[in-house]
Amino acid sequence: MLKNRIIPCLDVKNGRVVKGINFVDLKDAGDPVEQAKVYSDGGADEICFLDITASNENRDTIYDVVDKTSKKCFVPLTVGGGVRSVEDINKLLNCGADKVSINTAAVQNAKVVEDSSRKFGSQCIVVAIDAKRNNGSWEIFTHGGRNPTGINALEFSSKMEKCGAGELLVTSMDKDGTQSGYDIDLMKKISSSVNIPVIASGGVGTLDHLVDGIKSGASAVLAASIFHYGTYSVHEAKQYLASKHIPVRI
Amino acid sequence: MNVTIVDYNSGNISSVINSFKEVAKGKVHIAITSDLNKIKSSDKVVLPGQGSFKSCVDALNNISGLVQTLNDFVLINKKPLLGICVGLQMFADVGYEEIETKGLGWISGKVSKIDNQNGKYKLPHIGWNQINILKDSKIFKDIDNNSHMYFVHSYELVPNDKSVVSSTTDYSTDIVCSVEKENIFGTQFHPEKSDKIGLKIIENFINL
Repeated sequence: MLKNRIIPCLDVKNGRVVKGINFVDLKDAGDPVEQAKVYSDGGADEICFLDITASNENRDTIYDVVDKTSKKCFVPLTVGGGVRSVEDINKLLNCGADKVSINTAAVQNAKVVEDSSRKFGSQCIVVAIDAKRNNGSWEIFTHGGRNPTGINALEFSSKMEKCGAGELLVTSMDKDGTQSGYDIDLMKKISSSVNIPVIASGGVGTLDHLVDGIKSGASAVLAASIFHYGTYSVHEAKQYLASKHIPVRI
Repeated sequence: MNVTIVDYNSGNISSVINSFKEVAKGKVHIAITSDLNKIKSSDKVVLPGQGSFKSCVDALNNISGLVQTLNDFVLINKKPLLGICVGLQMFADVGYEEIETKGLGWISGKVSKIDNQNGKYKLPHIGWNQINILKDSKIFKDIDNNSHMYFVHSYELVPNDKSVVSSTTDYSTDIVCSVEKENIFGTQFHPEKSDKIGLKIIENFINL
C-alpha cells in the first residue's frame, strides 16, 4: 500500500537556513545540509527547500546547497523559490534536486510547466499554489503571496494538471503561520478535482493537523514550524499518524 | 572494477550518480558516459531513465551505436546491467506512452499505463510503497520483504513471462517493481532515492 508522506520544509536564504530545526547538537544550525540530514535520518519521506533569497546576486547560493545536500541525503529533494525558467529547472536538477516547484512562473506562463514536464518528465515538476479565501472560493497569489491574480485556485489546479504538473503543493495563505491547521476545505476541493497527488501546506501546529490533512485527501503533508521549533520530530509525527491508522513508512 | 552509468540525456541522473558514488566510496570506479568503448570495457552498466518511454528510447537511438553496444554487453557478453525506472521499462518489446514505441526487447512484454480504476488511484504513483519479494534476487540480498521503496511512475512493465518478476507492489493492482533475468536486473522504484535500504540494493548490484 502506498504510504502518506511527511515532508519537512526548510526555508533557505543566501544559502543558510532561516527557518529550520533548532537543535543544540547541531554543529552549525544554519547549515541546510546538516539539517536536511537530520530530517532524512529521522525518517522524512522527502525534503523540501524553499529558497527565499531576495537579491539576485545571491541566488546561486541555492545551487551549492542542493549539490551538497544531494550527496548526503538519499531521499527525494524538492527545491522551490525563484524558479523562473526551464533553464533554472535544468540547473537545479543537474545539481541534484529530484523535483522543482514552480509558483509565480507557472501562473505567468503555463508554457514553463508544459515545456519542463515534457523535457524532464512530470515526476519532477511540482506546481506550488498559494491560495487565499475570497467570497466562498479561493484566489491564487504570486510572488510569495504578495500579488493577487484574480485566478480561481480550482480552475488553475486543473489547468496545471493538464499542462503536465506531477504534483500540486497547495498552501493556504489564510492558514500559513497560524498553527491552526490546514485549510481542510481547500485541500478537499483540490484533491478531489485533480487526479495527481496533492501536498497540503500551511498552518500545521499539532500532530492532529497532519492527520486532518491526510484525511482531506492530500497524499502528503508538508510542515515547517512544528519540526523547526523541535515541538515534534518527524519520527514522532509518523508514530502518531500510524496510531491513527494512517499508513506511513516507519 | 568499473561500473558505468550510461549518460544518454535521459533526464536527471545526478541522484543516481551521487548514490553510486556514495556506495562505491572510491573502491569501485564509477564512470558516467555514453562513450561506446568505455561501456564495452565496463564490468557493469547502469541504465537510468526519466521522462517518457518514448523520450528515453529516442535518446538512446540518438547516440549512434549505443543500442547495439548495450545489446552486445547484455545478450552476448552477459555482463550485469541494472535498469532503473524507465531504464527497466525499456527492457520490454514495446511501450505505449505518448505513442507506440519499440523497446530493447530483452524481456518480452509491454509497458502500459497503470489502471487507475477511473480515478480511484492518483497518477503518477508517487511515494513510498512496500515491495513483495516473489523470488530470490541477487540484488535483494539482506533486503527484508515488505521494505519500503520510493516510486514515481505512471506506467508499468507487463512481462509475458512472469518468472522474471522478482517483486511487485500493490497500487491498484500488483505492479511489477523489479525483474531479474539472468544478468539483466531492473527496478521500477528508485534505489537511489530509497534511503539506506535503497543504497543496500545498489551495493548488492555493485558486489555481484
